[in-house]
Amino acid sequence: MNLDVVFDVVASICLVAGALLSLAAGVALVRFPDLLTRMHAAAKPQVLGLLLVLVGCALRLRTGVDITTLVLVGAFSLATAPVAAHMVGRVAYPHEDIRTDLLVTDELAAHLDRVADEREHSAPA
Amino acid sequence: MSSDPMTPAEPNEPLRPALSRTARRRNQVIAVTALVAVWVLLWGTLSWANIIGGLVVAAVLLAVFPLPPVTFAGRIHPLPMLRFWLHFLRDLVVASAQVAWLAMRVGHTPQSAIIAARLRVNTDLNLTLTAEALSLLPGSLILEADRRTGTLYIHVLGVTSRDEVERFRRGVLELEARIVEAIGSPEELRRIRENPADREGVPA
Repeated sequence: MNLDVVFDVVASICLVAGALLSLAAGVALVRFPDLLTRMHAAAKPQVLGLLLVLVGCALRLRTGVDITTLVLVGAFSLATAPVAAHMVGRVAYPHEDIRTDLLVTDELAAHLDRVADEREHSAPA
Repeated sequence: MSSDPMTPAEPNEPLRPALSRTARRRNQVIAVTALVAVWVLLWGTLSWANIIGGLVVAAVLLAVFPLPPVTFAGRIHPLPMLRFWLHFLRDLVVASAQVAWLAMRVGHTPQSAIIAARLRVNTDLNLTLTAEALSLLPGSLILEADRRTGTLYIHVLGVTSRDEVERFRRGVLELEARIVEAIGSPEELRRIRENPADREGVPA
């Protein structure tokens, strides 16, 4: 069994696993109860699912130019996904659409005004 | 910043010493190296033309968009760094499977919680890195970061009891400890060791 076959098999496993994770995220997006829980589903398959798909592609393509691009795609996704999720979550949080009945505890509610207030006063120009 | 009577007591006052000239210089060197690396990766081949092109682009970028000052007092410790990444990858796989399972379960509405975790090392870098690592793990989403008290407010999926809330809070502090061990300064490490995760992190 030569190395090419091994790479192809590993690549196909990675691609299928990544696709399944993305499918699970799609299902979660439809089924989860409110925006915050849906954000978990929407932001996260980017991480493991995307990494698996990228590894799969890299193993399949096996050329330097392509692999460097894939590395950049992975690095920037990892760096930016949390920012996007945070922004959406923060905009949605103090809103009646959030299912507070499904929250075990909410330790932000009591501090929300103070934190927002400080941000306004200490924000750098 | 005016003092606010509603503010809880602050055990972790910010560690934000003014940046020295050498520290600023070092930050610039790191930024230039990173930008050149991205440029070379974009072109895909390592050649002098690409490196020089990258240097020009990096110089222009840093002149036009100067970076905010980052206090990086520590240095990179390779073994704890490896430990952090291995742990992170394991958490990533486990948490991804858990969230996928939650999504597929029939007739079950997942509960969640918004948890405050007060970090022991209140630097911008540590706050950012801990928040990033937490955000990348499925099941936890950063809602708000309080820079002054060094507190992260995290929306956590699949929490059903107070016990799990406390366990998650300890998990955050352990993650913080791994990050500080990987890149922290001796002073930051001392703070972590003096306040073990099992009795810290509960906000006032």
